[in-house]
Amino acid sequence: MSQPTQQEEFLAEQSHPRPPGAPVEEEAKGLSQGQIVRKRFLGHSGAIAGLFIFAIIFLMAFTSVGWAGIPGWWKYDHLDVSPLVNDGVPTASLWPPAWGEHPFGQDRIGRDLFAMTMRGAQQSIIIMLLIGIIAGLIGTVVGGLSGYFRGWVEAILMRITDVIIIIPVLLLAAVVAQSVNRRDQGGWFSGFAASNGILILGIFLGLVSWVGLARLMRGEFLTLREREFVDAARISGASNARIIFKHILPNAIGVLIVNVTLTMSAAILLETALSYLGVGVKSPDTSLGLLISQNQEAFSTRPWLFWFPGLFIVLICLSINFIGDGLRDAFDPRQKKFNAKKARGTKPAGEPDKVPAPAGGATTADGSAGD
Amino acid sequence: MVTYIVRRLITAALILLGASFLVYLLTASSGDPLEEFRASSAPNKQQLMDSRSELLDLDTPAPLRYFKWLGGAARCLVPFAGSCDLGKNIAGQPITEALGFALVQTLTLVTGATILAILIGIALGIITALRQYSALDYGVTFMAFLFFSLPIFWVAVLLKEYGAIGFNDFLRNPEIPLPVALGIGAVAGIIVAVAVGGAARRRVVSGGMVFLAVSLILIYFSVVQWFRNPGLGPVVIAIAGVGLAFAVTLLVSGLKNRKALQSSLIVVGLGVVAYFAVQPLLNQATAVMIVLLGVATIGVGVATGYLMGGYDRGQSMRAAGITAFLVGGLILMDRFMQAWPSYFSNSRVRGRPIATIGAGTPNIQGDFWVLTLDTFTHLILPTTALILVSLASYTRFTRSSMLEIMNMDYIRTARAKGLSERSVVMGHAFRNALIPIATIVAFDIGALIGGAVITETVFSVRGMGFLFLDGIMHTDPNPVMGVFVCVAVTAMVFNLIADLAYSALDPRVRIKA
Repeated sequence: MSQPTQQEEFLAEQSHPRPPGAPVEEEAKGLSQGQIVRKRFLGHSGAIAGLFIFAIIFLMAFTSVGWAGIPGWWKYDHLDVSPLVNDGVPTASLWPPAWGEHPFGQDRIGRDLFAMTMRGAQQSIIIMLLIGIIAGLIGTVVGGLSGYFRGWVEAILMRITDVIIIIPVLLLAAVVAQSVNRRDQGGWFSGFAASNGILILGIFLGLVSWVGLARLMRGEFLTLREREFVDAARISGASNARIIFKHILPNAIGVLIVNVTLTMSAAILLETALSYLGVGVKSPDTSLGLLISQNQEAFSTRPWLFWFPGLFIVLICLSINFIGDGLRDAFDPRQKKFNAKKARGTKPAGEPDKVPAPAGGATTADGSAGD
Repeated sequence: MVTYIVRRLITAALILLGASFLVYLLTASSGDPLEEFRASSAPNKQQLMDSRSELLDLDTPAPLRYFKWLGGAARCLVPFAGSCDLGKNIAGQPITEALGFALVQTLTLVTGATILAILIGIALGIITALRQYSALDYGVTFMAFLFFSLPIFWVAVLLKEYGAIGFNDFLRNPEIPLPVALGIGAVAGIIVAVAVGGAARRRVVSGGMVFLAVSLILIYFSVVQWFRNPGLGPVVIAIAGVGLAFAVTLLVSGLKNRKALQSSLIVVGLGVVAYFAVQPLLNQATAVMIVLLGVATIGVGVATGYLMGGYDRGQSMRAAGITAFLVGGLILMDRFMQAWPSYFSNSRVRGRPIATIGAGTPNIQGDFWVLTLDTFTHLILPTTALILVSLASYTRFTRSSMLEIMNMDYIRTARAKGLSERSVVMGHAFRNALIPIATIVAFDIGALIGGAVITETVFSVRGMGFLFLDGIMHTDPNPVMGVFVCVAVTAMVFNLIADLAYSALDPRVRIKA
């Protein structure tokens, strides 16, 4: 009996894209684009939950063990060795709520796991933000220039993109890791790299992860530059810079923000994976991936050393993914509202899901077909 | 069209040249291949360093070495000359040989995982799209996000601990306590109740039935120690076969097509007869024989469908062919289960069948079934891990693709002319939703060869990813280049195939030469 009902539902959804009472006009009335997007984003409970969790982790990671020389409120840092309390078992308990001496436990030599995890979360967040900013900037510039100017600019930039896209990230990370390790061989780069390994890693990963974004932005610019309002601006004498910054970029910003977010969530996993393989963050500094890699052998004796860093990776990545999902729903003009209660009454618009890897199967097909 | 392909290939070759030059320089500059000797105090230190310098030709600057390497690699393009030379690795083994070995390892590891992930992902994506905004949709979406956020090395360690060590401990004394059996049954029942959809009564009834069935089966398994001596037997195969026949017919042609249903059921009957007939044959099985039997099974199914005919002969043939394949799979599974006790008590396995590392038990002796089981038990953990982390992308992508299609005008037209929901979904929506998915699948198959570096590292499989990582760690450019060229060439070829397939499948996309 379910088939006919389902069919009726679909038909109902089809025939009444804007059923009476659906707050479509009200939603958009007197609001700017930014206000509509903000309203939609705030109505997306998953994204708000993600934002909330991420904010808590962010605050905890940066205030607890301190950052860039500023001391934090937690009594240990990731290098301090203290005597084992209760054989290193976590002292935190949910009921009765207690924090204890070492809430996440200690490792074999007595380092505080809470401090190490917080330090690792800091590193992951810094790398994530660096990758997001750098990849977003380069991707927008390269994609925008090649999409707007076409011709030889596009040919050169896109061939460079093609070259970079097939060079394995692992190899680049290994090269960076090696140059960081060569402290003794002098040179300003090695010196800087040795003291700021995490920044170097983030910058390098940012320098290679813009390629997907560049392709997407190129596609976006290609479609937008053919639109009437761009023609109108050009006829009224607007310069290229004005067209790009005032007319095209604001319309492409949604795609950009959404995909930067998704790049950032992939960046977290990339950093942890590289650290796990030994070419990312190196000891004595620590990162979430490195903690797991160091402690996986001890799973049967000290499982908490494995659980807490993993939990934080998953929490950070999951919250960023949910924020990205919320942003996509908010920016997609076809999407009326991603809200379970109201969704029944509105048209189920196809979301251009770019969640993970399939970033632009169709884009590439169209793009290269249009060559 | 030909101009387009030729132009794409020339561009690809130039990109490959540029990228391979960069990769060579990067690898060569990533470290010092003599480092391990510099710190050593061996008396023949200088000699060791000299021999390695000679082996890797370190006296030549890296850019020149690249062109030497290119000269050898260019000979690979000459077909059947056998003069392919990709250099030697740090241990003196030719790269072509190492690549061949690694390729086999990688493909056995990732092929099954990718196919399963694609199948499950697409199925889940379609179901969630048809039930948009239901509890099932939200559940699957959340799981997709969760799995997508999991680091694979973390999953791998968990799987090793609970999937392998825990399950092996359980097999030592395979008794399921009553509360556990009831608990698993209750979980299964709740999942089904959520997934089924429809009216509350229908949900409760289905959930309750699944709860009873699962609990009873688990209790039965525990009593007869099924996990020690598993097996299906002809009765279970017959019952499951009839169920499969109905399910396949429902999806392929709808139950109204009586001829299709009858041919599927006939095939199930033939399968049960064949179960007894092929047992002696299966005892001397080889891989080739299994493949031939599989082809023969599908052939019998299709032939049955053809003979039964009906108003739509193609549908009968398809339904019977798929049913035959599935029943054949059941018979094969039963035979593997028959071999389980002998594998379990094998002197090399010693009652701990699920392996945590490697691609096979060293020096294991046994017939085809035992050896294949050995491969399976080694593959099961990495495959599960790979499926978990790659499932999300297929599910989400299929879902969005399907949702977009379901809003198309031609779907409304199909409904308006009175087609059944099955035929709208399977015939009109699903096929068109597959077009964008086909390109993603082509990309992923192109990337298959690269292997999964982390999975291979965690599970100690010496595949392509391992070769690559090992080359980087030893600053050894030749294996890195070998893997890179293989991966890049397949990726580019499949990229091209994806683009061509897209324009072939979707006539709206035209390739301008």
